[in-house]
Amino acid sequence: MSTHAEILVPGKAGEGPALILSAPISFWGGVDAKSGRIADVRHPECGQCISGKVLFLPGTIGSSSASAVLMELVHAGHAPAALVLHEPDAILLLGLIVAREMGWQTPVAVKLPREAFSAFKGRHVRVDADGEISVSD
Amino acid sequence: MSLDLTSDERHIAGGTDGAAMAMRIVAESATLLGAPRLIPIASAHIDGALYHGDSGTLFAERLVEGGARVAVRATLNVGALDLMGCSRVRLEEPQRSMARRMMEAYRKLGCEQSWTCAPYQAGHRPAFGTDVAWGESNAVVFCNSVLGARTNRYGDFLDIACAISGRAPDYGLHQAENRRASLVLDVSALPPEFLASEIAWPVLGSLYGREVGNAIGVVTGVEKNPGEDALKAFGAAAASSGAVGLFHISGVTPEAPDAATALGGVEAETVIRVTPDMVRQAQARLSTAESTDRIDAVAIGSPHLSLAEFDALERLMAGRRLAVPIHACTGRHVLTELDSDGRRKALEALGVVIVADTCVVVTPILPDQADGVLMTNSGKFAHYAPGNTGYAVLYGSLADCVESAVIGRPVFARLNS
Repeated sequence: MSTHAEILVPGKAGEGPALILSAPISFWGGVDAKSGRIADVRHPECGQCISGKVLFLPGTIGSSSASAVLMELVHAGHAPAALVLHEPDAILLLGLIVAREMGWQTPVAVKLPREAFSAFKGRHVRVDADGEISVSD
Repeated sequence: MSLDLTSDERHIAGGTDGAAMAMRIVAESATLLGAPRLIPIASAHIDGALYHGDSGTLFAERLVEGGARVAVRATLNVGALDLMGCSRVRLEEPQRSMARRMMEAYRKLGCEQSWTCAPYQAGHRPAFGTDVAWGESNAVVFCNSVLGARTNRYGDFLDIACAISGRAPDYGLHQAENRRASLVLDVSALPPEFLASEIAWPVLGSLYGREVGNAIGVVTGVEKNPGEDALKAFGAAAASSGAVGLFHISGVTPEAPDAATALGGVEAETVIRVTPDMVRQAQARLSTAESTDRIDAVAIGSPHLSLAEFDALERLMAGRRLAVPIHACTGRHVLTELDSDGRRKALEALGVVIVADTCVVVTPILPDQADGVLMTNSGKFAHYAPGNTGYAVLYGSLADCVESAVIGRPVFARLNS
């Protein structure tokens, strides 16, 4: 199974287990910048780690520091393997834009309607640099 | 639609210095958002000087090395250290030095040392209708909604990039047609005594953010302007529980002389009639503590306390000594006033811990305690404290917070919603 997604921010292809968030998240205050663990106790996926996962985001909320948290994850090597967003998020993706400007390698970020997320649940997913999303297990 | 840069902008972006880096970041964000052009901005408020890790420090220092300077007035949001020395920040080395380097880098870029999340109460109030680039979710929502200036929710790093380039992507809330409400939140069924209470605004804000997400709503049924500190609390809570950048309150905020104007003469897509039960649920959601027989700390001041809020704190404390410390977070604009007539010393002598330049959810100030319980009257603290401090939260009014801090265990006055 595979589908083609629009590229939001170009980056390195990545693969890993799919982590599909069932609710929007605030990266600042919601994700630990040191480890990538979801720390928001009110979030349904609290306790899971986004590091190395293909992260499916239905939406983002809250703080304008989401970009700083994502850039810190990139710099420390704890970023998701790839990001799949329902819509372009100017705050979060800024973390990737600035990291690229700093010369650090960033994961690819693509756009896919959130209705299409569930098909990847529980699967090992690969996102290519050209936006091709495929199941690899 | 593709981004059309002027020849000047292209020339700057093609360079190798800090200004070039800033222009490229603004232009790439504009491309991502589908903005057709960049527009000049009148001011910026910078959230990016808060230390989240070394990457942000390295970015700011790269800009300084590249000779970048802000082109417009730029105030700074909180940092990770209390430079005024009021409170002890438990940030260890090497993070402490990196946080200090970061704050220093933003000073060198020409930003004002305001260090507050309430810049709009520290003399930075852009005129109605002007385009600005503000960061920090509560500052953004206040700037748009209460001042009527125009900003999107600028994320960390884009704020400083806009300040240096003096430009922002032309999209979203910079355009009049995107500032109209599509949703009505009718609170007329709530008792007037609840709407007149302090607790109403953070609780309604939290409910609003959860209900509307990133839509723009107009609140109807508010008979009386609740005042600037109430609007500040509403916006901060709404921007924590949702992706809120702008709200209207009919008869209160400047772009909503009435609901029809806020809606742009179009029928609302959704009307939410708020019931007392919805309010009770929203209020209950702000607390995460299961046991309510003890508290370990109280925190107020998110957004930073105004002088009027310190007046209220003093009135409620009435000279009584606290059994549990109240951490009162504020900016140096208020601290100067408190210091000038000895009020700060008097508060500290009674057990208030004044926190300046920063706050208790962005940097380690609260004692490191695994099962701590934090009481707060701030919808924003209630939202972020569990994830950022590890403390469970008990939500109450300022009066409840003060009484609980005096007695040393949680007490709540009955209030009908």
